[in-house]
Amino acid sequence: MTEAEKSVMATRRRQKQAVGEGPLTRAALIAVALAFLGIMLIAPLLVVFAEAFSRGAGVFFDALVAPHTMSALQLTLLVAAIAVPANLVFGIAAAWAITKFDFKGKAFLLTLIDLPFAVSPVVSGLIFVLLFGANSALGPWLDEMNIKILFAVPGIVIATIFITFPFIARELIPLMEQQGSSEEEAAVSLGAGGWRTFFLVTLPNVKWGLLYGVLLCNARAMGEFGAVSVVSGHIRGQTNTLPLHIEILYHDNKAAAAFAVASLLAMLALVTLAVKTVLEARFAGSLAAQRRH
Amino acid sequence: MTPKAISKPPRANWRRRSVLPGFGLSLGYTIAYLSLVVLIPLAGLGISSASLGWNEFWAIAFDPRVAAALQLSFGAALLAAIVNTVFGVLIAWVLVRYRFPGRRWLDAAVDLPFALPTAVAGIALATLYAPNGVFGATLESVFGLKIGFSAIGVVFALIFVGLPFVVRTVQPVLEEIDRETEEVSATLGAGRWRTVTRVIMPGLLPAILTGFALSFARGVGEYGSVIFIANNLPFQSEIAPLLIVIKLDEHNYAGATAIATIMLVIAFVMLFVINLLQAWSRKWFGHD
Amino acid sequence: MRRRFIAAVAAAALSACGVASNEVTLLNASFDPTGDLYEEFNAAFSAQYRTPDGKTVSIGMSHGGSGKQTRSVIDGMPADVVTLALQRDIDQIAERTGKIPANWRGLLRHNSSPYTSTIVLLVRKGNPKAVHDWDDLARPGVSVVTPNPKTSGGARWNYLAAWAYADRKFGGDEARTGEFVGAIYRNAAKLDSGARGSTTTFSKQGTGDVLITWENEGYQLLLESSPGEFEMIYPSLSILAEPPVAVVAGNAERHGTLKVAQDYLLYLYSPEGQRIIAKNYFRPFDRTAANPEDLARFRDVEMVSVDDPLFGGWKAAQKKHFDADGVFDQIYKPAK
Repeated sequence: MTEAEKSVMATRRRQKQAVGEGPLTRAALIAVALAFLGIMLIAPLLVVFAEAFSRGAGVFFDALVAPHTMSALQLTLLVAAIAVPANLVFGIAAAWAITKFDFKGKAFLLTLIDLPFAVSPVVSGLIFVLLFGANSALGPWLDEMNIKILFAVPGIVIATIFITFPFIARELIPLMEQQGSSEEEAAVSLGAGGWRTFFLVTLPNVKWGLLYGVLLCNARAMGEFGAVSVVSGHIRGQTNTLPLHIEILYHDNKAAAAFAVASLLAMLALVTLAVKTVLEARFAGSLAAQRRH
Repeated sequence: MTPKAISKPPRANWRRRSVLPGFGLSLGYTIAYLSLVVLIPLAGLGISSASLGWNEFWAIAFDPRVAAALQLSFGAALLAAIVNTVFGVLIAWVLVRYRFPGRRWLDAAVDLPFALPTAVAGIALATLYAPNGVFGATLESVFGLKIGFSAIGVVFALIFVGLPFVVRTVQPVLEEIDRETEEVSATLGAGRWRTVTRVIMPGLLPAILTGFALSFARGVGEYGSVIFIANNLPFQSEIAPLLIVIKLDEHNYAGATAIATIMLVIAFVMLFVINLLQAWSRKWFGHD
Repeated sequence: MRRRFIAAVAAAALSACGVASNEVTLLNASFDPTGDLYEEFNAAFSAQYRTPDGKTVSIGMSHGGSGKQTRSVIDGMPADVVTLALQRDIDQIAERTGKIPANWRGLLRHNSSPYTSTIVLLVRKGNPKAVHDWDDLARPGVSVVTPNPKTSGGARWNYLAAWAYADRKFGGDEARTGEFVGAIYRNAAKLDSGARGSTTTFSKQGTGDVLITWENEGYQLLLESSPGEFEMIYPSLSILAEPPVAVVAGNAERHGTLKVAQDYLLYLYSPEGQRIIAKNYFRPFDRTAANPEDLARFRDVEMVSVDDPLFGGWKAAQKKHFDADGVFDQIYKPAK
């Protein structure tokens, strides 16, 4: 290395130091971040798995294959299988309308779409009790028509759709906004129809963001507790979702079984995060810059 | 989930945008679905609440127990949001500015509260911070601090659910910040601390405030994770959503409706504030 | 998409009803600590019972705080029978929905309570806080675990038992009685929504010095924990808890399960039903049917009844103590 090169390197080092923190500060900040995340986020996750196996693998697997767990799992899957596609279609329609067109009241529409996010899950449950309960205005009519909503699967589905309503729209809107409309406009000007343009141009551009939105929506749909708890009736084998089943097991003095079932949902959370991390590493550009839920 | 910036296109763009088809269909479907799933049910709450009449409504709202529950929900959410703001900004800083082994995993872990069901978080936190739990026993014997089954437990649960909001709002803005200004500041002789507080933080402020508001909004309504770790005593650690459930189970629909309405109005206000913050952010800093 | 969505909801609704052609389904909405009792009882009932046209019966269970279950049935939960913690909750369903006849208490023997129980105290190994009676619960520094009387039926029995003791102690001085009961509740470490939640708080999370709970719940905990970990204490005065049962005729008629529902509840009164009841730590009225070992566990304890003049029945007790702005609501009001 020549003297000149050495001098350039030294200057660069100095500059780098000038705009960064010293190694000690750096290490301290990393340590604080690690400690905070470790205590606040990782420790609760570890507890789930530690408690799940605290009575041995036998208790763990027995809890998973117990009939009430299986029926809760089935219900949870069914609810997510309805709620997520419903909100997926909505999310795509809303994102198309909002990002491809300009119209009055757009900001207000966005606020309304966000509303379920800010509403307490308990309030979300309550509104459906007030709407469909036997003492509501609709109640007697529903009863006459023999339509069961509350304390049955439809009520759980509706409450879940409400809670997870903004997730996919909120993932797609910033992404499609960022990508602009020029590609679609080119496709249309070349004679492609609306659907064709959407499926061949828009969808490939947003598919990874969309996938992440679907995953988050799904995680929330499968994990929703407060709203579902208010409308479910907790009928074992019929209207108990996995989170409600966890609460029942936990209160039934079967903590190990409760955590075993909880570990199922924790695994789902981990898979969601892993897929997101992989997507982000590979397709950094096609995920929205900001993710909030 | 926040109102995301929709940059208003220049007037000339308006016509160009409209060459795309599907406006009627997509907006029509959006509004119809929104009405069916969100607006009509919420209107139902409004109607139930209106049928109470002002006097009854205010009597419930100013009932000391209801006031205490609302105060706790807001106070704990505020405290948790402050803690999350401090540590969230720090974590975002570490994730954006430093390279160290395991950074990607740390980054992924931040989203955990988004993906982990609140009931699972609730029983895990209760187990950790119970008087016989790993953390609970240590904290109580060493510091005499009781976290599980107390109002502090509520704050801890809300820290858990709210942390990602701050990190995920601040992180992208921090990534975009032009480092040249920092270099200029350093060249002009400003110390590092001065550069951070005077040059970087003002640019981050809107994002920090937005993250704070989001964390706060989420905390106010949180139920699942809190009920397991709080002791749920009236006037001590009874949160407003729990009081709604209790009123409902007492067949006191009027009480439940009134508290729910108050919380809903506050949710509206929170969203409005978040919108304003983001508009402010766009206006002054060109990002959101 | 929408059509498929509606079809899926409809399919889900149908499957949720669980109507299989060779099986009749009953739904029993019960209170918190009866999980094990009804698990065993339902299996026994289903094993021997056939409808006149030869169908088997499968019984769905919903457990929760008694108040919560009452609310759910009032809001339309399609329970065929309710087996709740106290009479007032079934009265509420009868009054508000008309689905249960007002005279339901007279339709089955023993005021429609096929089993009784009482309220006991549980303490930790060696009784470190030396808790022997209700007085010790009102002492400063003793931490008490009990569910919330607003949502839990058992919690209301707990409260009334303490009230009865204090009433006797202070010779009917209501102000001092209220102060005594208030002191107990101000010692509460956590108010769960149901008795089960309180048991978990006390046993699993090491919270509190004393758990006030159902006798059956107490024995259940002794059985499930390691020997000696907890000790049960019978207070000098407790209350006769009579958890009632009733057919929700309005629902059962609609489901075509009225006869099955009636037979189901009658089976609770059968020797086999009574045996299962005693085995699961509830007190049977037919002691001859029960296993003597099971009976030997129940200690004689002096009990008041909610129908005593002190309380004047559930309607009066509920109104005075537990309704909005009742005596219980005053306890936690901060001193002015």
